[in-house]
Parts: sequence; C-alpha cells; structure tokens
Amino acid sequence: MTAAPTTDQTTAAPKTMTGAQLVLEALADQGVDTIFGYPGGAVLPIYDALYQQNRIKHVLVRHEQAAVHAAEGYARSTGKVGVVLVTSGPGATNAVTGLVDALMDSIPLVCLTGQVPTHLIGNDAFQEADTTGITRPATKHNYLVKDVNQLARTMHEAFFVARNGRPGPVVVDLPKDVQFASGPYYGPDICKPKNYKPQTEPDHAAIERAIDLMVKAERPIFYTGGGVINAGPRASELLTELVRLTGFPCTNTLMGLGAFPASDKQFVGMLGMHGTYEANLAMHGCDVMICIGARFDDRVTGKTSAFSPNSKKIHVDIDASSINKNIRVDLPIVGDAGRALELLLAAWKKRVAAKPKIDAWWKQIEFWRARDCLRYGQTKDVIKPQYALERLRAAIQGRDDVFISTEVGQHQMWAAQFLPFNKPNRWLTSGGLGTMGYGLPAAIGAQIANPGALCIDVAGEASILMNIQEMATAVQYRLPVKVFILNNQWMGMVRQWQQLLHGERYSQSYSESLPDFVKLADAFGGVGMRAEKYDDVDRVIAEMLAADKPCIVDVAVDPNENCFPMIMGGHAHNEMLLGPEDRKSQDPTAREEGMVLV
Amino acid sequence: MSYLNNEPIERHTFAVLVDNEPGVLARVIGLFSGRGYNIESLTVAEIDHEKQLSRITLVSRGTRMVIDQIKVQLDRLVPIHTVLDLTDGGPFVERELALVKVVGTGEHRVEALRIADAFRARVIDSTAESFVFELTGSAEKLDAFVDIMRPLGLAELSRTGAAAIARGTATI
Repeated sequence: MTAAPTTDQTTAAPKTMTGAQLVLEALADQGVDTIFGYPGGAVLPIYDALYQQNRIKHVLVRHEQAAVHAAEGYARSTGKVGVVLVTSGPGATNAVTGLVDALMDSIPLVCLTGQVPTHLIGNDAFQEADTTGITRPATKHNYLVKDVNQLARTMHEAFFVARNGRPGPVVVDLPKDVQFASGPYYGPDICKPKNYKPQTEPDHAAIERAIDLMVKAERPIFYTGGGVINAGPRASELLTELVRLTGFPCTNTLMGLGAFPASDKQFVGMLGMHGTYEANLAMHGCDVMICIGARFDDRVTGKTSAFSPNSKKIHVDIDASSINKNIRVDLPIVGDAGRALELLLAAWKKRVAAKPKIDAWWKQIEFWRARDCLRYGQTKDVIKPQYALERLRAAIQGRDDVFISTEVGQHQMWAAQFLPFNKPNRWLTSGGLGTMGYGLPAAIGAQIANPGALCIDVAGEASILMNIQEMATAVQYRLPVKVFILNNQWMGMVRQWQQLLHGERYSQSYSESLPDFVKLADAFGGVGMRAEKYDDVDRVIAEMLAADKPCIVDVAVDPNENCFPMIMGGHAHNEMLLGPEDRKSQDPTAREEGMVLV
Repeated sequence: MSYLNNEPIERHTFAVLVDNEPGVLARVIGLFSGRGYNIESLTVAEIDHEKQLSRITLVSRGTRMVIDQIKVQLDRLVPIHTVLDLTDGGPFVERELALVKVVGTGEHRVEALRIADAFRARVIDSTAESFVFELTGSAEKLDAFVDIMRPLGLAELSRTGAAAIARGTATI
C-alpha cells in the first residue's frame, strides 16, 4: 500500500524534532516574532536552536527582570502575548518580580525557564531552583514539562491560558534533557486545553438590568480600567461610543488611561489616590456607577466604608473573583469587557431615544472641575516637574505614535495627570505591583514592537537606577528610546509620605551620590542632556525628540514639590488634599489609621 | 476589610474536582495561605483513575464575602474543573473517619470497649494491652468519642478530615 501525500496536517504523522526545536516551532505557530531573554547553562539547547533559524528574533537584555518588563511593554503596546526566555535558578528567580508585575496588571506573557535535567531535580544541582514552586503564586499558571511528548501541547496551552480570560503570565519550566530529547510536534489546533473555559459572554438579562439603572440615573459615571484595554482596541472604541451616546462622565483608572480619549470633555481625569478632584467627587456623589474592567483596588477606593455611599454599582469583569472582593456591587456581570460594551451599546440604542437629562450633574462636575486641581505654582526660579511634563505634552501633541512608559513614584502620577492619552495601548506603567525599574525595559519592548514610534520613559532619578543597565540593550539594538528623568534628588513619593505622615523625618529617602546622567548616557553609547533652568526645558525636549540614539534627559526639578491631589490612606474620596495648605484640616486620628496602610 | 468585622462567620464545605497532576494541591493550599483564608479540614484522593481526576473536600470558615471569594478564587485555578459549595447547595452528608489507639488494662479496657460499642466503633486491631478503634461520623461525634477515650488510655489519634457529598440525585 502506498500512502498518498496529504495536505491534512491533523491526520499526517506528527513531525519529530528535539525539544528545543519543538519550543521554537510552537512559538512560530503562535505568531511570536520576538522574544526577550538571557542565556545560561540550562537553556543552551534552545539558544542553539535559535541560532540556526531566523523566524524568531531574540532580544538580549542585561538582566532577567528587564526581559520580563520588556515583554510586558511589547505585550501592552501590541495586544500580543509577550515571550521571555531565561535560564534556570537565578535566571528564573530574577524574572519573578516581572512575573508578579504582569500578574497584578493582567499582562499576557509566556516565560520559558530552563531547568536542570529531570534526573537532577531535587538534588540541589548547580543553578537549580524550584521554579514552579517559586512562581506558583507569581503566575496565572505554570508547568514543568518532564516528558518531551507533552511539550507541544503544553506550549500551546500556555499561550491559551496567558491570553484568554483575564490575561496573565504563564511559566513553562523546561528541564535540559527534555530540550535535547526528540518528540512529536502538534500544532495549536489539536492542542485545545482540557478545562480552562473562562466565561466571556455576559448574561444578557443583566445587561438589560444595567440599562434599566443607567436610564434612570441622575448622577451616573463610567469608571473603567485596564480590562477595557485588554479586551482589544475595539473595546475602547465601543466604550467611547457608549460614553458619548449616553452623555455620562467617564473616569479611568491608572491602568485604563487611553481607553477613553483624555481630550474629550466628558473625560473627568484619572480617579483614585492622585486622581482629579472632579473624578473623585463624582465617584463619591454618583447614584449609578458603571464599572467596566476595573477592580476597585485600594488606590482607587480609599476608605472602603465611605466609598461612593449612595450609588448603585454595576461591575463588568471577566474575572468573577474581582467582583465583590473589595466593594459590594449591586449588579455583577461576568464577561469580556468588549463583548459587554457591544451588548450595552446595542441595548441602549434599542431602548433609549435621547440622551438622559443630567444637566444638574454636569453643572456640579463643572463646578468641581473649576477648582483646577492640577494647578501648580510655576516661577522662573526653578523647574516644576509638572511644567516639564506640560512642555513635553506640548511637544508631542497631535502625534499618534507616542508610547509613554514610567517608573514608579511621583513622576508616574504626574505623567498620568499631565500627559494626554487618547488611544489605548500607548501607556505602559506598573500599576498593581508598583515596580521601580519597569519603565526603561518596557519602553525598549514597546520600541521593538513599534519601530519608528516615539517611546519615552518618564522616570525618576531613583527608579531609573534600578534597571539602568538596559541602556546597553537599547544601544545594541539601536533603539532610540528616551529616558526623561524628573530629577528631584529624592525618592519623591517616599519623601512626600515621610513629610505628610512621618513628621518630616526623611529616613533614607535622599538620592545621595547620584551619577552624572549625561556622562552615563555617553558611557553607554547613548546621548545625554541636562536641563537646570526653566529656559532649558523646551531646548532639551527638542534635542531629545531629534536624537536618533538612546537618550537620557536629566531635568533638575523642584526637590520639594509634592504630588496633589492626594487622598491619604484611610480617607474617603471627598477628603482629598488639594495642596500643602489642606493638610492642617485633616483629622489626626484618621491620619494614624492611615499610617498603617501602604 | 475592616468594615466587615461584624459580619457573622459561616462554616462551609466545598467539593472540588481537580486534575490529578503534580502541584495541584499546592495551588489550592497556596491560595488559602496567600489570601489569608482558613482551612479547617482538607481531604484529597483520586476518584477517577482513567480521567485522572481527584476530589478535594475542603471545610473553611469566614464571612459571607470570604466564602464567596473562596469559591470564585478556586474556580479560576486552571487545573480545577468544578467547585461546589455544598453548604449553599442544599442538604448534604459529611463524614470523617478516625483511627483511635487506646492503651490500658483492667477496668479502663473494658470501659473503652463498652463505649466503642455504643459509638458503633469497630475494633480493627487488639493486643492484650491495646485497641485500635475505627470510627466514622460527623466531626462532632468523633470529638465526643475522643474526649471520652482520653481518661481511658487514649494513646494516639489519626483522623482523615471530612468527605462530603450532596443528598439525593444531584451530582457535582
């Protein structure tokens, strides 16, 4: 009998290849074009296979934590799954911070870690770590592949789990002998996961009940988060359409910025600890809250017992465990944010002819907005950090290809407040975990994914030193990323809390012995510039934008400036501090209660 | 969640079907320790060799909000197939097995045997100076038996934790 050639791959005998080749085959079939990694003993077979192919580009970072952040930046700016390849032991443990960061912010990643050969597992072998044990609470899911016959299925399942449901990081731990062994390759079509079936379709009856609440609302507000961005660009368009159709105000969380255009007059700014006066008071005073893809995190709610006390709350989330975790809601809707928005929009169009009359509510919001809560006192003696960002904003205004990442601290909040985010996937920041050192590698990931785009890491002088080695990566791949340092010579947010909550005892928060950032940029092979005076700001921004190399801009800003508005720990949305003068009026007992909060 | 402190504490029994794969128990236990939930009892055994399925019976205590969270948090672990809150699901039966070693002679030995009989415990091992009793029942019944055996020479105790199943025709 002679077998006729067949084009049907599912019935053909699977191709046999080594574990290392299987890994790359699976990556290619999953549409991966770029991975971020760092080689080591336990992943040498995969690096060897990488060397002998050209479908997948490998970006060599200088620290495994940065590999994960770069993959996050890549994923966040494209909507694709980010891929990381690191070695066993220290390679895997260095990646852990990035994995938790991705877990907290729901970023889809697949992280491949090398492992010692299966017969050495548990022997305290060289560079052995219990990677699946360590990363179990740091990932959405993880796998240890002990049998090469399971490798293809596991790889495809890892991608499925990373991108479906609430996205997150998945680790696949690959012992070295499995990378050498030969096994069958199966494509993604015949490797469906057994039982991971997240609910994406919202309950249609609940959608109708949501419309019931929205129609009758007198003081409604949309409160939307990163879930809308994770649901894809279409979800942001649907949100924008729905918000405009209803005429309701809209606020975004830190992770949700860009889902609704910041330039729209229905946008009331970011909410939460450093959110705008109008957003927080509108949240406090609303009667119907439509929460989509946000999780009522403590930075958003403030004191939970006083959070939006008189509102009916609708909560759309793909993760059922986000509902009723921190705040009890009246109408939970489990499902994909994009699909829920589609249904809400259709139901609204069917049932509502004209915009509801909520003029009194808008009048109230405009009254709050007139407080101009982001105002700051600019003199020509010193550069205010807000001023530097306003000038940056002016310089990038109208450009569609700008990706902003940040480190963590005051500069991050100012960037969120002052820079315009009109489209999704343009804003890369570490929200949940608050990882200093996130911004530079994230900008690198975004620049790799978006060649020719403008990728700026708004940084502080303390944070940037946590992953400064990635300047070498940027130089190696000729990535013209810009690091825009608001240098106040302090760990600014720490200093601010010490000033407000710890009796002005500035314990260990001064940035002593800072490097010369201009020379540092030069030493890496990039270009550096410094602004010391008010008049320098526009010049260095122009130079930065013109630079075709990795670039560090050191802007010497007012060391004493604090980030306002601020809701101190233990306080409610209507107890915001708008500036230093507000501090005296705070209830001291609530202040003590707030001190134990993070 | 300080504002919930005055909510009543409820005791709930969960039945959880999971893939019988390495690490699955660690995921469940890690979830409980990581999120500060309490585990009163946890039993696990394979129930379907062919499909590689295990069943975990888990007893926990918490406020309503915590109990609801436990269910949905378990539900989103990838190797978990089904989570059933038996306490919410209607009537169910819950049983535990204990092996109780009692060492003694004379009056105490006779009394231990008499009480074991009253509790319908079986003697599964005996020597001239000891018995091992096997007893099934609710946790409260096992507690009562152990308390009585204490002055009669209770030497060692092994309990399985609860296994539970819904009454009637309903299945997980």
